[in-house]
Amino acid sequence: MRFMYIVTSPQPQVGPTPGLLEAMHKLADREIKAGRMLDNGGLMPLQTGAQVRIRDGKLSVIDGPFVEVKEVVGGYAIFELRDKEEALAMAREFMQLHLEHLPDWEGTCEVRAFAGP
Amino acid sequence: MTAADIHPAILAAWRIEQPRLITSLSRMLRDVTLAEELTQDALVAALEHWPLTGIPEKPGAWLMATAKRRALDHLRRARMLARKHQMVALELEAEQQTMPDPDAALDDDIGDEMLRLIFTACHPLLSREARVALALRMICGLTTEEIARAFLVSDATISQRVVRAKRTLSESGLAYETPSGSELSERLAAVLEVVYLIFNEGYIAARGEHWLRPQLCQEALRIGRVLTSIAAHEPEAHGLLALMELNASRTAARTDTSGEPVLLLNQNRALWDQLQIRRGMQALGRARELGGSGGFYALQAAIIACHAQARTAGETDWPLISGLYSELSDLVRSPVIELNRAVAVGMAEGPAAALAIVNRLVDEPALKAYHLLGSVRGDLLCKLGRYDEARAAFEAAAELAANKREQELLRRRAAEAADAATASS
Repeated sequence: MRFMYIVTSPQPQVGPTPGLLEAMHKLADREIKAGRMLDNGGLMPLQTGAQVRIRDGKLSVIDGPFVEVKEVVGGYAIFELRDKEEALAMAREFMQLHLEHLPDWEGTCEVRAFAGP
Repeated sequence: MTAADIHPAILAAWRIEQPRLITSLSRMLRDVTLAEELTQDALVAALEHWPLTGIPEKPGAWLMATAKRRALDHLRRARMLARKHQMVALELEAEQQTMPDPDAALDDDIGDEMLRLIFTACHPLLSREARVALALRMICGLTTEEIARAFLVSDATISQRVVRAKRTLSESGLAYETPSGSELSERLAAVLEVVYLIFNEGYIAARGEHWLRPQLCQEALRIGRVLTSIAAHEPEAHGLLALMELNASRTAARTDTSGEPVLLLNQNRALWDQLQIRRGMQALGRARELGGSGGFYALQAAIIACHAQARTAGETDWPLISGLYSELSDLVRSPVIELNRAVAVGMAEGPAAALAIVNRLVDEPALKAYHLLGSVRGDLLCKLGRYDEARAAFEAAAELAANKREQELLRRRAAEAADAATASS
């Protein structure tokens, strides 16, 4: 089963410490070598991005500032795993690294299975 | 959470750690079969403890500590006759007594150890079936029950196979090391063969009612990805991964909503998995960069890549495919490859040229029980308007097909040919 992990956290973003970056890098390296991680990436802050939104039947482009946005996506990863239990175990391990290296950080790692077979 | 609820979570945590557990223990004990047993013991320990204590914050570290303790006990019990073992045990004990670094578990680079493990599990000394079972168990961490279910055989059959294979390995006194030089490519071929067997068992599902058993494909893909990261300089490892990724990219399109097979040229290409195609093309590119474009797996991957890159069935580059099959046929003399070449020639040059190749294969002993020969022949005869002969070919092929879905497809084609024969007479 293929899963997407979407990591969100409230603004303003706390940047990862070198220790966390190193730990995440090691985890990613391990997971690539285990043949489980297919893809991953971190995203630039929302302030440098944009939103194209439809509201009240109208399309608009919002190029910032994003004052009303509560949670922003910071990164994602795509894994091929056997089941949801494995997906959860992986997410716990990933978030545990944040708990250790960035004690004040708050955020969510959402685990979502891809639709399809 | 009840004990029954927590079991899948424990198994999942163990599986994530399993490659590191077995490689660490193999390094400690220099004995993969024992390492595998103690890795399983760590799972049993977790199944006993965690329902009472809850899953620890760092399940991986818990499992590793437990497994290493068992290995240490074992080394002690073995009375450490050899001085070397004493040294190892002392070092390990010292290591256990120092404060564990929270990230130490992530530090070990298991690549070389994993490669040794894969080479051992897929040793040519073992039968193919035994290699397949050991690989799934040691490398993928599947249980005996899971392997049995995937291969539609009894638990007892698989556990016997595993026990016998382990005994063979123990009694052989094999050096537990990565082969080098010319032995490496020979041994690698045995490994790749096992991985491809596992993949095809899932992809073609030769027996049973279902067209696909995707779990086996996933396991084979995983080993393939592991191999390309730890044996990164081996072109055929990349070639095989490319072949599997590209084939697996069509999974969603290979059956319709009622589970009926859909042949490649009729598939909805929008359902092909583009992420997987991209990964497959990358792996094929890597195989070529390493000078392996003429390899057995790389050539097959190149053929599938032609399909993956055609936006519609009509845009398929059949002359290129037909050329690649010629190259493959020169590399490996196989009537099955020759049959596939005939299909490509049929598309590139027309059914008459293809039928000439197929007719040369009719008396091949290796194809006597191969239903696809009749299936291809029937198809070509249909295209040439020889419907009666086509019907007979499809009917004979249906008798030979072991997969129920395939049988039904062939019977349907026989009936269509019969109708066409009536209409044209």
